[in-house]
Amino acid sequence: MTPYTATVEVRLKHGVLDPEAETTGRALERLGFELEDLRAADLFEVDLDAESADAAAERAGEMAERLLANPTIHDYEVAIEDQ
Amino acid sequence: MTVAVIQFGGSNCDRDTVQALESVGVAAELVWHEDDLPAEAEGIVLPGGFSYGDFLRAGAMAAHSPIMDEVRAAADEGTPVLGICNGAQVGCEASLTPGAFTTNESARFQCEHVHLRVENSETPWTTQYEEGEVIELPIAHGEGRFEISDDRLDALEADDRILFRYCDAEGNVTPEANPNGSKHAVAGVTGESDHVAVMMPHPERMTLADIGGTDGSGVLSGFA
Repeated sequence: MTPYTATVEVRLKHGVLDPEAETTGRALERLGFELEDLRAADLFEVDLDAESADAAAERAGEMAERLLANPTIHDYEVAIEDQ
Repeated sequence: MTVAVIQFGGSNCDRDTVQALESVGVAAELVWHEDDLPAEAEGIVLPGGFSYGDFLRAGAMAAHSPIMDEVRAAADEGTPVLGICNGAQVGCEASLTPGAFTTNESARFQCEHVHLRVENSETPWTTQYEEGEVIELPIAHGEGRFEISDDRLDALEADDRILFRYCDAEGNVTPEANPNGSKHAVAGVTGESDHVAVMMPHPERMTLADIGGTDGSGVLSGFA
């Protein structure tokens, strides 16, 4: 078994309104920053032991499917690194 | 009919719901989510509140509570299930009902009375109303915006699975009357079968004439 860190990034599907990101963008503008748009995402770092990087990615993907993301509104990406 | 009102850690409309059900003549009991669903439960309410502090997403944690497997099995066998507010979020996260309830367009918690138009009066939850009738119920949520893909929403509408839409006092569905930016102003939907339903507004808070009105009684009478 090898220790890996799985990074799961969860973001709203394209076209789904993100009121918190819009509010954050407006707050940055109030601070005097210029910006065109702002998107937000959640990032989960999961330390786990697995037989291979593929096995770690598969397990992290299941975590995203079942809990970390809501497939109705989210897309997600999994990246695996050796610890 | 005894209705089990499931208490998750952070539910806070559970006792109100029991009282409201009893006011329409339906026996109800509280059931802690770590206990088994009672064999005599002939109906289930997933009540409002803030289960697990709304961590991750509202309803996401409670949707994976062990009792939800029993709720799903009971629903599959025809037991009526109603999710209200946080219970609606739990129901969608648990895939009992389609779509998701996510952050309000305002990005704020909103606590106010709204008008709802009855879209389908042939479900157990709406037979007490006429189609097109306008009722008034309170909302109290920060994550109540109904979100779903266009294709799936088209399918829901074609199958008459929208229970209520937000509207003005005359029944007009307008952007101004939509409190949270819900897609097509959807406030409540049914599952694949209409004995399972979820809604963000609180019918249990409008069942006693002394404290506001009885517009919500008809929904709870779906258990009678």
